[in-house]
This record gives sequence, C-alpha cells and structure tokens, in this order.
Amino acid sequence: MSTQVQHAEPGVFKKYFWSTDHKIIAMQYLFTGMAMGLIGGYLAYVFRMQLGFPNQSVPGFGIVTPGKYNAVVTMHGSIMIFWVAMPVLIAAFGNFLIPLMIGCDDMAFPRINRLSYQVFLLSALLLLSSFLVKGGAFGGAWTSYPPLSANGAYNLTPIGATLWLLAVALEFVAFLLGGINFTVTVMNSRAPGMKMFDIPFVIWMIVLASVVFMASVGPLIAGAVMLLFDQTMSTGFYDPNRGGDPLLWQHLFWFFGHPEVYVVLLPAMGIVAEIIAVFARKKLFGYKTILYTAWSVGVLSFVVWAHHQFVAGIDPRMANIFSITTLLISIPIAEMVFLYIATLYGGSIRLTTAMLFALAFVAEFMIGGVTGIFLGASGVDIYLHDTYFVIAHFHYTFVPIAIISVFAGIYFWFPKMFGRMMNETLGKIHFWGTVIPFNFIFIPLFMTGAAGDQRRVYSYAQFAEQARPALQHLRTTATVSLLVMLAFQFVFIFNFIWSLRNGKRAGANPWRSTTLEWTVPSPPPHGNFAELPTVYRGPYEYGWPGRADDYWPQDVPD
Amino acid sequence: MTTEVHNEVQTESHVHHPNYVKIWAILVALLVVSVVGSMSGVRVVILIAAFGVALVKAFLVAKNFMHITVEKRFIPYLFLICLAFMVILFAGVAPDVMKHEGLRWSNDAAKHAVQTGMQAAPPKHE
Amino acid sequence: MSTAAAKPISNTRSDTGIPTAKLITWWVIASEIVVFGGLLVVYIMHRLGHPEWAASAAHTNTWAGAFNTFVLLTSSLCAVLAHQAADAHDGPRAAKLLRFTALGGLIFLVVKGLEWTADIREGFVLSSGGFWSFYYTLAGLHGLHVLAGMIIMLIVAADAAKNQELQRVECIGLYWHFVDIVWIFLFPLLYIAR
Repeated sequence: MSTQVQHAEPGVFKKYFWSTDHKIIAMQYLFTGMAMGLIGGYLAYVFRMQLGFPNQSVPGFGIVTPGKYNAVVTMHGSIMIFWVAMPVLIAAFGNFLIPLMIGCDDMAFPRINRLSYQVFLLSALLLLSSFLVKGGAFGGAWTSYPPLSANGAYNLTPIGATLWLLAVALEFVAFLLGGINFTVTVMNSRAPGMKMFDIPFVIWMIVLASVVFMASVGPLIAGAVMLLFDQTMSTGFYDPNRGGDPLLWQHLFWFFGHPEVYVVLLPAMGIVAEIIAVFARKKLFGYKTILYTAWSVGVLSFVVWAHHQFVAGIDPRMANIFSITTLLISIPIAEMVFLYIATLYGGSIRLTTAMLFALAFVAEFMIGGVTGIFLGASGVDIYLHDTYFVIAHFHYTFVPIAIISVFAGIYFWFPKMFGRMMNETLGKIHFWGTVIPFNFIFIPLFMTGAAGDQRRVYSYAQFAEQARPALQHLRTTATVSLLVMLAFQFVFIFNFIWSLRNGKRAGANPWRSTTLEWTVPSPPPHGNFAELPTVYRGPYEYGWPGRADDYWPQDVPD
Repeated sequence: MTTEVHNEVQTESHVHHPNYVKIWAILVALLVVSVVGSMSGVRVVILIAAFGVALVKAFLVAKNFMHITVEKRFIPYLFLICLAFMVILFAGVAPDVMKHEGLRWSNDAAKHAVQTGMQAAPPKHE
Repeated sequence: MSTAAAKPISNTRSDTGIPTAKLITWWVIASEIVVFGGLLVVYIMHRLGHPEWAASAAHTNTWAGAFNTFVLLTSSLCAVLAHQAADAHDGPRAAKLLRFTALGGLIFLVVKGLEWTADIREGFVLSSGGFWSFYYTLAGLHGLHVLAGMIIMLIVAADAAKNQELQRVECIGLYWHFVDIVWIFLFPLLYIAR
C-alpha cells in the first residue's frame, strides 16, 4: 500500500522550525538537549573549580560567591534532569524511533508533537532568562524546598525562583503532551502483525516512562501551583506560621521525584538493551521477564519516595515502611541487569563504540545501584544524608543514564539519523576519556562523603570541623578528573560535526539489525516507509541456525 | 491485528444511547437531596448527602454520559490505577501532614491553630 | 481548520479498537485525574486535620454552588446529546448543542465571578489562609479547565457545523464530563460538608 504523502517541498522555516515530522522534532529536542547539556556541564565546571580550588577566581566565570554557588548547583541539577536527560532520552529518541520501529509514518498527532517541542523550548528559554534577571538564577536547590524557595528574603533570588518554577511547570506540560502522544501512537499505530510482545524493548520503555511520568507529576503540579502562590500571592501553604507545612512540599515533590528517576532510567535501559542484542548477535534474554520486571519497577517506584526524607522529620514508623520498599525495589532492577548479562553470555560480541558505552552503562549503573542500598537503609541514611556520598550515588546512576546511555544511543543511531557513520577511532578515544575520568570524579566523593563532607556548602573555610585539609586532595582529584572528562567531550563534538558531512556514507542497515528502522533509507524520507511494513516475528531474531544471515528482520515474510 | 479505521467510521461510536434527559433529571434530583440533606444537622446524614450522593452522581455521569462501562476494559482500569496512586499519596503523606503529632514529634503550630480556631464558635451557615 | 487530508496513517490505525482521538482523550483525562486528585488529596487531609476550618467553610455561598452544579449537569446533558447527534451524522445539530454546552460553561464562570466578588468584599481572599487558600486554588484550577474546555468546544463546534471531524464531538464531551465530575466532588467538599 503506497503511502508517499504528496507535499510541495517546504521552505527552510517550515522544514526545520515549523515541521510536524517526528524526525525533525526529534532533532530539535536532541540539539536543544545537547546545548543545555553544554550549559549544565559548564555549571559543573564552575562549582567543582570552587570546591577543588576554594575561593579562587574560576577562569571563565570569576569569583564564586555563596549566592552564585547556590544558583550554579541549583541550575546544574535542574538543567541536567529536566532539560538534558528527559528531552534527549525520551523526547529525542522517542520521537525519532517510535514511528520507525513500529512501522508507521509519523506520530498519531503530529501537530500536538510540534506543540510539545515549542512549549519545551519556551520552558528552556524561560529558565535561561533567569540568569539575567535581578538576583540571578534560582538558588534554592533543584528540590526547591520551602521556606527557602517560598521566601525571596531567604533565597535572595525571588524573580529567579518564580521563573524556575514556571519553567519547570512548562516542561511538565511539554512532556505530558509528548508522552501521551507517544503512548497513543504505540498503542494504536503499530504495523500489522506487530503484537504487544513484538514491540522493541526501547519502545516499551519509553512508553512506560511516559506513563509513569504522567501518573506521578499531577500532585507536583498541584504543589507547584501552591508554591507559586506562596511566592507571589502571600499564601501560606508551606509556612508553619500561617498554618502550612514545609513537609507537604517535600512529599509532593518526591512523590514525583522518585518515579522521575525511573522515568529516565527505563529509556536508558531500553537503549542499552537494543545495542546489546545487536552487538552480541543474540536474542534479548527473557524479553517478557524483563518487560514484566520493568512494569513492576514502574509500579514500585510509587511507594518508595520518602527515602529522600528520612531525616526531614517524617514519622519514624513511615521511615520503616519506606526503607523496606526502597530495599525491595533494588531486586527487579538487579534482575533486569542479570538478564542483560545473560543476553551477552555466549554471544558473538562486537565492541563498537556504541557497545562499549552500553556495557559501561551496565557496570557503572551497578555501582550506583549498590550504593543506593546504603542510603535506602534509614539508619545509615541518618549519617549519609546530605553528604557527598549521596551525590556520588546519584551520579553513578544519573551519569550512566543521561550521558553514557545517550552516547551509546547516538553512536548507534547516528547512521540512521544522518546517513553517515561516525568515526570509530575517535569514538573509542571519547569512550575511554569519558568513562575513566568519570570514576575518578566520584569515587573520591564517596570517600569524602563517608568521611562527612556536607553537600550544598560553597566553601568549608568558615566551618572548621568541615574543612579537614587532609581530604582536600580527594576534592581536587574530583575536580581535575572533571576537567579531563570535559576536555574529552570535544572529541565527541568534533566527531559528531565532522561526521555529519564527511563520515562514510551509511547504508540502510550498517549494524545488520532486525528492527524496522533499519529497513528504510538512512536518513529516512518524509513518510518513512515507501511501503508500510507488515511484521512477522519478534524484534530480536538473531542467530537462527540454517539461515544464510545471522539476523532475521521483522518485516521479512519467510 | 491493525484495523485501518477511517474517519467516517470513527464518528460512529456504536454506543447505545439511553434517555439522557431522564438521567439528567435523576442527577438534578440527587443534587436537591444533597443540598437538603446537608442542612439536616445530623452528621451522618450530612456526610451521606454530601459524599454518598457525589459518588452516585459521578458514577451516573461516568456510566451514562461517558459510556465508560462499554469502553474497552483498559480505560476504567487505567483510571482505577490513577485513583489507587492517589490513595497511596494520601497514605504516605497524611501521617505527617494530617496528623499533628506522632512518634516523638509534634506539630505545635498546627495544634495551636486548631485550638484557637475551635475556641471561636462557628457561625450558622447562610 | 479541518485537516483531514493531512492526517498521517498512524492517526487512522487502531490496534486497540479505540479510535486515536478518543484514546488520547482518555489519557488526557487520566493525567488530569492525578492533577486534581493530588490537589484534592492535599485539601482533604488538611480539612480532616483542621476541624476549625468548618467556620470558614460556612461562609461559602451554598446556593451559588448548587446553582453552578445544576448548570454543569445541564451542560453535560447538552454535551452528550451533541455526541448523539454526531453519531447520527447531524453535524449542525451537534454544533448547536456544543455551543449550548459552552454557554453553560460561561454561565458557570459568570456565577463564580459574582460569587467570588462577594467573598472578596467580605474580606476572604486567596491569602486569607487555611480554608480560603485551598478554596480559591481548587475552584480556580477547575475554572481554568472549564474555560479551556469551552474554547476547545467552540473550535470543535465550528468544524462539526460543516459536518467535519465529527469524532471530536464525543472527545470534547468526554473532557467536559470529567470537568463536571470534578465539580461534583468539589461541591460537597467546598460548600456543603460540615
């Protein structure tokens, strides 16, 4: 059935800035997310320089005053989670891959798709504008706890605080619009023959992430409206003097905040699953088990949130309950990792750059997961809360999620997106230059954190019992390692830009994969498929004995 | 098993259309019951009139106007799951926010607010 | 405004048996359940923990609330009759009924405006604390959804009058019924429970 949509060739504006084509929208999200990633990385550079070389002028920034420090750490966290991890993992990969991998021509609602990016862009611009207002960007931490966040006299960034809140709210709207579109498209628009368990795992994960996001963000939207009123309309929702309760915000925030980390984890695991199957030439081990496990992670993620509040004054009996649920959730995640390892076992492993990043994800994320156990036990958390141990833990989860798996995905799908291969040698240099320094940033921070270094303190000079010069070499090591890691990112940027024009031309299926996106030209034309495909089997049919090829594409009839 | 559903077919939802005006009349009657019952002064009657009636009205709208009972099962299950998450939210937050004291803690500001407020006698409702 | 020719194939498929427009409407409603649900859960636990709020709640105008409940119920009737008309391929009748529904929304908002004006004159504002902060936030958020629904409804009616995009009549109706159900719970919570 021919589906070539008849369009007049659009002008530059319509093609790149007003498009409803899911692939263009994916690129918009990808490039915006990557640009925000550069800003988030710069902010990390600034505060790590302050921590590694305290109270000296930072090249490219200046002196880091206490207020500026607070703003820099707040914006680093906010940007990395809301404007880098989510847009790249969910919106960019989701937009690009979903119609291609399920065998249709676009999202079910292309104009809603376009609107979601426009709202997202607005949220990013609103957030960046807060750097320029009086008082500067919000300095109340990405968790925005009142009374600090509700009261301009406390946070000293009253305009920034409200702009931050509005930017986050708009970002939520963008992802609600986008996520619901993704979900409807995958539910309804699959190729004939693609049953539920023939859907590639990454697609399932993006949909599950969208659903978990949608179900968890509602109470925070309510809470954000209340915080906005506290900031601007003299209400006292979170003010004990006015009958309110700061703990309420914490609950509403983390009721979303904890599922949110799985919202970003699941697509990352999906990307890694695709890459592992292709470069082990092996069927994903226990597809249904991994899928059910992932669903259970999604559900369980809703009952662990107060482990972020163990020392906030919640009732200790609730702390008991949340400690148990938190420890329990490590089980399904571990199971998923075991199944990935089982997929690799006996496979014909090919260590492309994408595969290296995918394997690194598994190894590094395990460290993050295991250190989470310490924090999930409420007794130990009394000591470790608000120390650098927490920071090291969540960077051992977030960096694999937002950076390592993203690089894996980019190296893997770059040929499909742009019709060119990236340079493998540069890719490997980038890989080692990212992963090795990454460990040298955060292992020292586990150590300083366990020794009691408190987070969100711009300088220990004023706090004698914190200063502990004997630990400074660890802090400095972390900073220097970050500088090394940042330097190696230029290798990636160069490789990316150079390969766009000069990379070896990629065919439709350079990795010899089974899924549908590899059956169309690289890059895919408008409308994706000249003939919409029919699907005959699951997405990971590798290594069938007796077949000429070691892979059996989904759309091949025999 | 994809079915190509064209726009023309999609306009027909193939639901049985009951007598909507009759349903509306029942809803309005229930509204009257809830207002009258809430003025009765008896606590149990007020609660049933207010919330019991609300639940019935909501169900009537969902069943007869939204046709949720003839929709694919997935949809009411989805809504029930969302409501279940709201119950979990309540269960996890109420011990800290609704209650004003617990194991080795006490919310004195809130207790004070309740005490002062209860001392002023509530006026009759208009 | 109608773009039937530009719809992608993905919009017309239906693996679930539910048309895509209706499916996305159900998902939008699900997302709104947790927004309103979250705010309502927070309000309920405050109301249960603060029995002294009953004194403030006594000042809400029950008759305005009850009349508005009646208005929304009637507008929901118009919305579902519009759906019935759309099913019979009678676009102009569906459009007319949708416009009556929107009119109901307008009456609702006007009555609310008058009600709030009276409340504000008595000194009860958003920052009056406790009950009133929640009252205005809850009813305000609901009112915004009424307004948004009215706007979308008029756009759908414009297409329906030309017998176009009739499947959207049911969808905007579903959204409207949800907004009505939220009010069905707001009415006892804010007006008549004591």
